[in-house]
Order: sequence, then structure tokens, then C-alpha cells
Amino acid sequence: MRPVVIAPTPVVEGVAVPFDYANVDTDAIFPVSADEIARREGFGRALFARWREADPGFVLERPRYAGASILVAGPDFGVGSSRESAVWALTGAGFRAVIAPSFGDIFRSNCARNRLLAATLDSAACAELREELSARPGARVSIAVSEGRLTGPSGRVFEVGVGEFARACLVDGIDEYDLLARRRARIEEVLARREHLLRPTTRVARPEPSGEHG
Amino acid sequence: MALTAQRTLFEKIWDAHRVETLPGGPDVLAIDLHLLHEMTSPEAFDELDRRGLSVRHPGHSLAVMDHVVPTLPGEDAWTDFARGMAHDLRAHCARFGVPLLPFGDARQGIVHVIGPELGLTLPGSTVVCGDSHTSTHGALGAVAFGIGTSQVGHVLAEQALLADRPKTMRVRLTGTLGHGATGKDVALALISRHGNQFGAGYAVEYGGAVVEAMSVEQRMTLCNMSIEFGARMGLIAPDARTVEYVAARPFRPVGADWDAAVAEWNELHTDEGAAFDREITLDVNGLTPYVTWGTNPAHAIPLDGAVPDPDSLPTEAARESAHRALIYMDLAPGTPVREIAVDAAFIGSCTNGRIEDLRAAAEVLRGRRVAPGVRALVAPGSTAVRREAEHEGLDEVFRAAGFEWRGSGCSLCVAGNGDILPPGARAASSTNRNFEGRQGTGARTHLMSPACVAASAVAGHLAGPGDLA
Repeated sequence: MRPVVIAPTPVVEGVAVPFDYANVDTDAIFPVSADEIARREGFGRALFARWREADPGFVLERPRYAGASILVAGPDFGVGSSRESAVWALTGAGFRAVIAPSFGDIFRSNCARNRLLAATLDSAACAELREELSARPGARVSIAVSEGRLTGPSGRVFEVGVGEFARACLVDGIDEYDLLARRRARIEEVLARREHLLRPTTRVARPEPSGEHG
Repeated sequence: MALTAQRTLFEKIWDAHRVETLPGGPDVLAIDLHLLHEMTSPEAFDELDRRGLSVRHPGHSLAVMDHVVPTLPGEDAWTDFARGMAHDLRAHCARFGVPLLPFGDARQGIVHVIGPELGLTLPGSTVVCGDSHTSTHGALGAVAFGIGTSQVGHVLAEQALLADRPKTMRVRLTGTLGHGATGKDVALALISRHGNQFGAGYAVEYGGAVVEAMSVEQRMTLCNMSIEFGARMGLIAPDARTVEYVAARPFRPVGADWDAAVAEWNELHTDEGAAFDREITLDVNGLTPYVTWGTNPAHAIPLDGAVPDPDSLPTEAARESAHRALIYMDLAPGTPVREIAVDAAFIGSCTNGRIEDLRAAAEVLRGRRVAPGVRALVAPGSTAVRREAEHEGLDEVFRAAGFEWRGSGCSLCVAGNGDILPPGARAASSTNRNFEGRQGTGARTHLMSPACVAASAVAGHLAGPGDLA
């Protein structure tokens, strides 16, 4: 099933979930064991599948957070794998933003490319925001992406880090295929200088069918 | 202003591939080698279809089946999921003209094992793959990093991508390793000392006497674990060992191309006086084998140690993560590591599935038996590694010890092919991630070197080779 495509938008607004976990890895966000069902029935089905199953009181299962679109997490969200399915699980389940003190590098890069806002907020402020949200379950939050401004449930404004490239992806909706295609000649120039080293790759293409497992 | 500024190894390679720096944003980077596998490529090919695009440079790409393929023979070993994924990859590669090493090919194996093994990964090149452990290839002096599926599509279409230029970090490893300590133990010591996100945003260059003394395969283990340190890439300057390693590879450049390549590689080192954004030194003199106790690779301690008390950790986030880890791992603070019983052992993966790893494990197992009740598996990192091991008689050693001798693939490292541990099982594993559920829902993973995994399988509890009678 095709990952959810999000349209460019300058503002992300919705119910925010206080997600009091640090160091959430990509395998927790999207377990490999859920891959099959995700590809058949939609990636959102796989979001935190194990945690949902193991704990009926898991925060994302609570009715007050039904339809939530913003996750406010602890530090180091999305460490681990490059599998973009972790991002697709979040967007598939309706999330449009994750706020955390820090992120796994590849995960954050994948977020921008799917227009899932992954914005940083300093650790203390992020903890305070989670407290505000815990005190008012189901409260809404709004984020002005270009300005990097998050307005919390009490009206308090937090400065969040968006990053120039992510902003361009989310607000301008840049198309990387197009951007790269327009630089094709110069890319070819760089590659041509290295061609003598790279011819081997095509030689590997000939099949060598003698490695039968057994 | 000096005409020739001193540059780091990373900067030399990155700048040679940089096409342009976008205003306030990422660089456009040309990619020499694009490796693909069945799990993270389908949606990228779909996107090319949707846009009516072709693969611009199929000769710079190579696909292989590793993540979900079975490690047992026969049609029955294939899950429906794996069969579908393999079919899709075969169809996509055929239609787009991408070279493929399918299941059953003599050169098939885990993508990060076969790249170096075939002589495709070369010093000075840029290598990407839809897999975070692409950092492995940096051991040969390449800028190599994992990308998501969106970017897999970009590289297929244009042989380039947009990437933020990382900051640079040098990690100097000084001293002489203690008996039995390997590249894996160095990585776990480094990550546990500084944290699993310390390297975030950096390209990490490893150097120092310890690295110089390491075999190329040990260097791969170290660079492989860079992502568990938070860094997208780790790299090591090529030296005589590197050239010797590549010279023995079937698809390396030959003739005049080889001479030109070696001349270029001789310049591939960080210049004296070049500045890094960050430099750290880790003295690993006398380092002994390490093992993880928790659910991220920073949760590691020497095998001689005991499970730590989460409340003794320095930050709230570390305490929260450790508390959660101990509940999942069903461990109590203060438990000596050697008292932790295991019921499974796995040797393999892009971290520790190469021939030296298998030799080290077999050395421990020779004349010994796996403890009753322990299920033990070895999945060689590639079909070539498997063949070499069989040539050396290692398969007999593993079998005689009670290990299952499997085919090559990611197997129990990602548990996507049907090789999976039952809930509650506790494994000593030569892999890279001890995340919750990584080897099966509810399964518990202790990361170790291959020799320590073998020793643990024999002892029936976490152990090193020195613990065996």
C-alpha cells in the first residue's frame, strides 16, 4: 500500500500526545514483524504495534488521543534504522508532527521527505510541554512551521527548531527529483571523473548460479 | 591564505563528490555505488514508475536479496512475505535494468558483507544503501551512509542525492586491547562511554594505534556500529592492509585503472593539522570483552561487571530508558553478568558475519558442546563466507558443537525471514541492535563478539572464552 502523501502546509495543528519515552527506536515505532500487514493494510496499522499490544493502557490507545496528529516525545526519538516505514507508520496513523529534544539522524531526514514535521525543542521546555498536555488530555497545539513557533495548550509559545531544508519540504513542497534533474549535467561531470573505478559493478550482473543454499 | 588547506579524510571524499551546495541547505552529492535490497526498495521503484522515470546509471547500482530470504533450503522455508518481496525485487531489477544478485547466486549475501567482499566498495568512493549499517563500508575509506526509501528513488533516478554535510569527529583509540577484545568490544565500550547519540550529526573518523592494528574485517565491525553511536557514517583511512584487502577482490579495478586507484588512495588520509569539529580519545588499553544488558547498544558493560542500577545514571532520560530496559530484559540491578542464563545464541549479521568472525567462534567451539536447552544458529554473512568456512571445515565444528549451520542472510539480526526467537527467549548475539523485539516479540538480546557468543552458548550463560573449562 502506498505511503500517505501529505500536502505542503505552513501550519500544523491538532491534538497533541504527551509521549513520555526517551530513546524510542525505529523498531519500536515500526516493528519488522508488522511489515507484512502494513504493506497490505496501510502503514498506520503498524505504529507502535508491539507496545499497543502489550499495554492496553498505552497512551496512543486512550480515547482522548483518538485523531491526534502531534507527538511530543522525549530525547533521541527515532534512533536506529533507516527504514522509512517508521515515518510512514506515523503519517499513516495521522501524525503530522513529532516534537522532541533530539532525533535519530536518518529518521529525521526521512521525516522531511514525507512532510512529517520533526522539530526540536529543548529538553526542559519539552518536558514542560508534555506536563501541560498531560494535565489537559486531548488539548490542541499549533505550530507555525516557517516561524518555528509552537503554541501550547495554555497559550504559551515555544521556539522549535525546524531546519531550513525541512521547512522547504513542508512549506514550499520542493520536489527533489526535479531539483536533482536540473543539475544532471554537473552530476554527470563528477561521475565521469570516477568512471574508471566503477565499471566493475556491471560485470557483476552476469549470474553465477552455484550458491544454492542447502 | 594557504593554497592547499589541510583537510580531513572525510572532507577530501565529500568534496570530490559535491556537485553543489544549495543556499542555506544540503549539498548535492554524486553517488558512486548504490546498493539495494528487497526490503527498502519497492516504494522507490514504484515512485519511478509513477513519474515515468528510468534508472540513470544501472552500472552504479547493485541489488541483492538478504533481509527476508530464508536461511534453510527448500521452498517451504520461504514465508509468503519473503516470496513476495523477492519477486518484487526481481521484477523491478529486470524492468529497470539494475544488476541483481538473487537468492541462490554464489555471490549473494548481506549487502554490507558483499560490497567489500566483491571489490565494489572502494576507498575514496561514496556508497549509499537503504540500510543504516551502510556505515560498514567506511572501513575501506569510503563515505558510506544509510538512506531512506525516498532517497533510494532519487539515487536511482539521478545517481545523486541531497545530504546535509555532517560535522567531523575524530575518535582516537589508544593503547593495546586486552586478551579477547575485538572491534565489537571497542565499539560497545565507546558507545557505552559516550551514549548512543553522541555521534549524531557527525562523520566519525577512527584512528590511532588500535585501529592501525585491526584487520580490515575488524574495522568493518567498528564502522558498522557507528550508527549505534548515532553517527550516519564512520570511516578509516586506507592503508597497506586496505590495499591488500581490495587487491584480493574479484571485481576490483584492474590494470592501469588499479594503478591509478592505488595512487589516489595513498593520498586518502587526514592531513597533518587538519581540524575536526570534535576530537575525542578513548584509551582501550587492556580492554576486556563487553556485553549489553539493556535495550540500546549504550547499555553495555564489561563481561566482568554487573547490571547497573538505573537510579545511578546521570540523566533523567538515561534513567527512564534504563528502567524500561530492565523491565523488558527481566533483570535486577546488581546481577553479575555471568549469572544471566541464555537459551539462544546467534552468530552472523553485517556486524559480525565475516570469515574471521566465524573462525573466532569456531575456535571456541572446537571440541565443545552447546549447553542443554540452548538453541544456537550461525548464518554466514555471505554465500562466499559460507563456502570458505566449509572449505576450512568450520561448518563441521559448528555442527559438532550443536549449532545449526544456515545459509547467508540477515536472519535473526532483523528477524524478517522467519528466523525468530519466541517471547521471553534470551539470546547471546553477535548482531548490532538489542532493541526491544528486534529478534522477535518479547525476545531479549545481549550483544557480544562472536567468540563470546560461542562461549555463552557452551556455558549456558553470558560468558567469554576464558570462562570455559
